[in-house]
Amino acid sequence: MNRDRLRRLISSAFVGACALAVLLALVPLAMVLFFVVRQGIGSLNLAFFTSMPRPVGEAGGGMANAIVGTLMLTGIASLMAVPVGVMSGIYMSEYAGTWLAIALRFAADTLNGVPSIVIGVFAYGIAVLPFKQFSALAGGFALGIMMIPIIARTTEELLLLVPNALREGALALGATRARAVFTVIVPAALPGIITGIVLALARIAGETAPLLFTSFNNRFFSRALTQPISSLTVQIYTYAISPYDDWHRQAWAGALVLVGFVLTCSLLARIATARIRRLRG
Amino acid sequence: MRDLPFRIIVGAFGCVLALLVLAIGVELTRQSWLSIQKFGFHFWTTDTWDPVAGQFGALPFIWGTLYSSLLALAIAAPVALGIAIFVSELCPAWLQTPLVFLTELLAAIPSIVYGLWGIFVLVPAIRALEIWMPEPLRAIPLLSGPPLGVGMLAAGVILAVMIVPFTSAVAREVLQTVPAAQREGAYALGATRFEAIRAALFYARTGIIGSIMLGFGRALGETMAVTMVIGNNPQVSASLFAPQYTMAAVVANEFTEASDELYLHALVEIGLVLFVITLVVNAGSRLLIWGLGRSGRTRPSRVADVEASAA
Repeated sequence: MNRDRLRRLISSAFVGACALAVLLALVPLAMVLFFVVRQGIGSLNLAFFTSMPRPVGEAGGGMANAIVGTLMLTGIASLMAVPVGVMSGIYMSEYAGTWLAIALRFAADTLNGVPSIVIGVFAYGIAVLPFKQFSALAGGFALGIMMIPIIARTTEELLLLVPNALREGALALGATRARAVFTVIVPAALPGIITGIVLALARIAGETAPLLFTSFNNRFFSRALTQPISSLTVQIYTYAISPYDDWHRQAWAGALVLVGFVLTCSLLARIATARIRRLRG
Repeated sequence: MRDLPFRIIVGAFGCVLALLVLAIGVELTRQSWLSIQKFGFHFWTTDTWDPVAGQFGALPFIWGTLYSSLLALAIAAPVALGIAIFVSELCPAWLQTPLVFLTELLAAIPSIVYGLWGIFVLVPAIRALEIWMPEPLRAIPLLSGPPLGVGMLAAGVILAVMIVPFTSAVAREVLQTVPAAQREGAYALGATRFEAIRAALFYARTGIIGSIMLGFGRALGETMAVTMVIGNNPQVSASLFAPQYTMAAVVANEFTEASDELYLHALVEIGLVLFVITLVVNAGSRLLIWGLGRSGRTRPSRVADVEASAA
């Protein structure tokens, strides 16, 4: 009797501990969001989006150049990563089970786990050192490498969700594999693939480490692809480790913009995926 | 075969992906050759890091990386498993989706934002804790050192927050591969909830270990947030409050300052070893998780459902 009570007690304590773990993880989430909003909202105004950084000691100014820089860097990264990622995903799902598909899946998971700073060092060796010049292209290259495995894996997963009857139907009508893939299967999975790309964008837009020594930073407004370019994340980092209060305020405002962007993307993606899954059953 | 051209073209794009991994290894080795040749294995056993004198020993960085990651794992693993168990086994079904979404948010917040929060919120809090700590405790090596705020504890806590969502997400998937019969069997034998879940955990043990290893791999390579709170001081110290350094942080901080070639090559070598370590850890965890998934995916089942169907 006594032993049963003990067992039940242990069980209840265990359930309680699991619930506590959930709360424990939500505390830092709430705290980070709370501080980013509280500290950031004060310095966030129109000028933040439209004006350039001011020199030390001059209050105000904004991050117009960094915001444009981040958009350009993610743009370059997408141009490189979307074709490679989507095509790899197609191979992995269309030829699932072949040794190359298995190797590709393993490579994608491996690449996904490579620390971002290592990708930065690699991009430095490939795209900065030979030209002796930090550049937007090098930064976009580094971010693109990070994007490829994410897009490849989501594309693969979503193509596998497409009902096999569609594939068989297209092939039965005499379509070539290429035609079946590009006119039937990919369009069927397109909303999901785009969702995956948006998620990948949200993830790399928040990356700092691969940009530190590829796109570097720029105090001025630059649109040249072969010049160093400013980015939101590197700018936040520079401001955060500086000793100036006004720069700290700017860093918080930058963080708020970044978190706002990332959370909006994940929320939209989440809603879209839920809808797709409902449609597919 | 009329489909061969299609297969070759799509496969070629895929090969770019696979070759990238290889290229990273080759390029990092090439760029660190000077350092590998000059210091050999000695590089990893000396603790002098003096760029001015051309002396490079990476022991403090290895130490800092392992210490901070293991500390993070010690904090994060129980919490992440607790979340996975609660979400996948215990909580009401309507709560599952919101909880999964919230833990995913934890993973979506950029490293730099965690770092910013670390510098201005976490570090002052830890400094206050250090100042408040009674004097006798300071004699313990684990807690010695001046109250700076920045240091190993701050890094461990930030890392723990950052790896919880990865480990819990994978552990949740792993738990879903456990067949319902396992839980039903446990209940039929008169098990309590805890005992039924323990049986499920035991069934999925390789995957659970894999999920923890995956979190470890993340922690090893995490850069920005750690760089901002660990104090960046190359020393080997057991103290939680001592400012230390990690491999990723030293590369991030000193790469653009590397004035001569040997210095640069030494930094790249640190990156190379970080690459190899994370590769091994990740590959290991993937194999553990995959092995489980292949042994038979069945319909998702939960302790809560089994209880409901029995009632």
